[in-house]
Amino acid sequence: MAESIGIIVNPIAGMGGRVGLKGTDGDALRLAVERGVAPRSTARAAESLRALCELATADVPFTLYAGRGPLGEDAARDAGIDPVVVDGATRLGGPTTADDTVAVARAMKERGVRLLLFAGGDGTARDVCRAVGEDCLALGIPAGVKIHSAVYASSPKAAGRVAADLLSGRIPRSAEKLAEVMDIDEDAYRSGRLNARLYGYLCVPYERGRVQNLKSGSAASDAASQAEAAQGAAVLVESEPDTLFLVGAGTTTRALLAALGIEGTLLGVDAVQGGTHPQILATDMGEREILTILDGHPTAKIVVTPIGGQGFVFGRGNQQFSPEVIRRVGRENIALLASPAKITALRGAPLLVDTGDESLDAALEGYYRIITGPGRSIVYGVKQG
Amino acid sequence: MKMGKRDFNKKYRNYHQARWDEPIIFELTQPGERGILLPEAEPEVEAAGLPELGAMVRKNAPKLPEMSQMRVLKHYMHLSQENIGADETVDIGQGTCTMKYNPKINDRMAGLPGFADIHPRQSESTVQGALELMYQTEQMLKSISGMDRFCMHPGGGAQAVLTIATVVRDWVDAQGLTDKKDEIITTIFSHPANPACAAVKGFKLITIYPDKNGRPDLEAMKAAVNERTAAVFITNPEDIGIYNSDIKEFTKLVHDAGGLCSYDQANANALLGITRAREADFDLCFFNIHKTFASPHGCGGPGCGVMGVREHLVKYLPAPLVGYDEKKDRYFLDYDSPSKTTRIKDFYGVLPAIVRGYSWMRNLGPDWLREVSRVAVLNNNYVFKKIMAMRGVGAPYAEGEFRMEQVRYSLQKLKEETGIGVAEFINRMFDYGMHLWSSHEPWIVPEPFTVEPTESYSKAELDEYLAVLEKVIDECYKTPDVVRHAPERAAIHHTDHDIQDDLKRAAITWRAYNKKYTGYFEPKA
Repeated sequence: MAESIGIIVNPIAGMGGRVGLKGTDGDALRLAVERGVAPRSTARAAESLRALCELATADVPFTLYAGRGPLGEDAARDAGIDPVVVDGATRLGGPTTADDTVAVARAMKERGVRLLLFAGGDGTARDVCRAVGEDCLALGIPAGVKIHSAVYASSPKAAGRVAADLLSGRIPRSAEKLAEVMDIDEDAYRSGRLNARLYGYLCVPYERGRVQNLKSGSAASDAASQAEAAQGAAVLVESEPDTLFLVGAGTTTRALLAALGIEGTLLGVDAVQGGTHPQILATDMGEREILTILDGHPTAKIVVTPIGGQGFVFGRGNQQFSPEVIRRVGRENIALLASPAKITALRGAPLLVDTGDESLDAALEGYYRIITGPGRSIVYGVKQG
Repeated sequence: MKMGKRDFNKKYRNYHQARWDEPIIFELTQPGERGILLPEAEPEVEAAGLPELGAMVRKNAPKLPEMSQMRVLKHYMHLSQENIGADETVDIGQGTCTMKYNPKINDRMAGLPGFADIHPRQSESTVQGALELMYQTEQMLKSISGMDRFCMHPGGGAQAVLTIATVVRDWVDAQGLTDKKDEIITTIFSHPANPACAAVKGFKLITIYPDKNGRPDLEAMKAAVNERTAAVFITNPEDIGIYNSDIKEFTKLVHDAGGLCSYDQANANALLGITRAREADFDLCFFNIHKTFASPHGCGGPGCGVMGVREHLVKYLPAPLVGYDEKKDRYFLDYDSPSKTTRIKDFYGVLPAIVRGYSWMRNLGPDWLREVSRVAVLNNNYVFKKIMAMRGVGAPYAEGEFRMEQVRYSLQKLKEETGIGVAEFINRMFDYGMHLWSSHEPWIVPEPFTVEPTESYSKAELDEYLAVLEKVIDECYKTPDVVRHAPERAAIHHTDHDIQDDLKRAAITWRAYNKKYTGYFEPKA
């Protein structure tokens, strides 16, 4: 059976940016239209599809599924492709909404697309995540105003290339990883506050995994090096029976909980009592609950992994670690863990903190030992975001 | 492909590699075919049997291929023609490996009966020449590095690092600091053997990343060093070709914390007669005779990693070292060292490689050894300037600065503009008879490749290599499909690398192959 690719376009993504509206949630879209902004996501998606057609080898035919009209079909036709139109919803006409994205994404998952390409921003990624979860390989074409999520290719062209490489087998099926879907509260952002939340994970193709060379052998898979980092942190948790560990969000910290043989949450802060038989005390805690549990535990450590592509340690996706929580626990009791690949991906940029409290951010600056495995660490710098 | 007269105005060759589809040697066996017919044993010998060997006598003959001499010759000739290397091409793309000319005269020296036909268990009195050569080699290495003693046992660079880690381990244990000094610091651009060997010896590892200028981050180093620091294992210049002139600050930090400093000089081609490990306050270092000192690499001959230490660590070196008794004017193998139980490798070292290294150094002398490094650095900066002018290529860190003996480049821009990354790029280089290597893991530099021109190649040869590089870059932009389908003119096309990671399919011995396959790459059901 021929492979298939799905394309979904959020036609209004990116319209707020040009007029300084920071997104198109709520009323902002109406304002953007009033200010005379033309949509650009269809053009970005078409650029991506053109790259896909150019690079896909002729002997690997594929079917392109597209959302109807502005939801993908227009972009496909712009790129000279005749797509199979997928209707997610029965309603036609009128402005498109997040529900359209969700419905079309679900329909494409059901059709078993090899890769779901979606053009938009953080909000679009959230909608796709809501629709397909971790069940379907997906990749974003950057077209939105806000891209805090790590599920986007570096450019529309790059997204097309990855799709072509997948079809031709240049990226093996095993080369995929879970990447963060983040979004910020647009109303808060427009009024100058940045409040980013981690909404979930999408399964994205991992291009680098393929490339290897004989002299150095193959690189460890993302999952394997993440598991190693988790093992390293597990040694710490097991060696301190009197310490309360506040475990932050992320797939690496989830791997830590798995290594400890306990269940917690992927997106929340969980409290774990250390020791050889670690116990989970609370899950998915808010700031208040964390402060309360700290009252009963004089010795506590925060265990976090940098979130997303930009390397935020605090202030993105883990606001539960409020300035007060961090001060109470103390800088010396912050344990960082990450796979070396996550550090390498920073390309020399420092890890970042943005707690909303400048003096705390300044105090958190400096070098930390990031646990990368049992008995292994990287010394790396943290700066104010 | 059109064949015809060579166009001498063209900067690159109309190359095509031989393709013999050569079977594995075991598949060429013909029962009863022989290379040499040995005479029958005399009746008396036959009658006496082999009583002394007892249980060691084979019950079954070894399953070696049965072949005539001529067929053996052709087999290996075919394999050599399907290969690529320093003896046939401009082999400067295998950066970090120092693919210089290995003078053939030195093979003749290594083949002299006094070196080639001796046995490690022979009486010292009968191998004085070989021992003297090893002793003299050590004296030269001491001058080059400033170290006080050398152990020549290791069979390669990684084993030399293992020897260093062993010495550090023994030094820590001897002071009763086993539980107190348990960390070794290394850098991400040092060879991966450094962290690997430290881990093998039970140390915890702390890795330092580069700063913006490509030097190991000194501030991170300050944060990493503490009373638990047993040692730093570091390279300088690192693989990216940038010299860290703050190196003494690194060694001072570690010494102040009571640790040792080890200098990975596997590639010392920029340093001969210019800087020494001693002046940078290192306690240990090693050289690869098969790189800097012009003995061929593992595939062309055995490797040899010679490892040196300062006086206070001599007692931790594996025995035997080669000694000289002035009174008797005799050379001897000194097994009577305090660490005589430490073993890295059998006997005393890889003699053929040591002979080649000795011959090379004696041939050049101190002044020309320095000239080797000067020319290697000059050649590299010539190539650096030319490559940096090419489309789609960059070299991260230390913009505007010269490099030492090699450079790690990046094809990131080319990849963004054409979709072709270094893995595909390399395949096309083979179509012009050239090789290009990427980088050790992890790929800190995106889409990396590493070029090390050494001192051996003429400007014309460097220009030929550059012309090929430029040609392939041009193809990436104009005819990317050609690059994607490459190599077309090499002995082997695309290979399935994933097989290496699949234990069900990987076979590195004939025995394993027979277990897993019925014939030529047909898996067993």
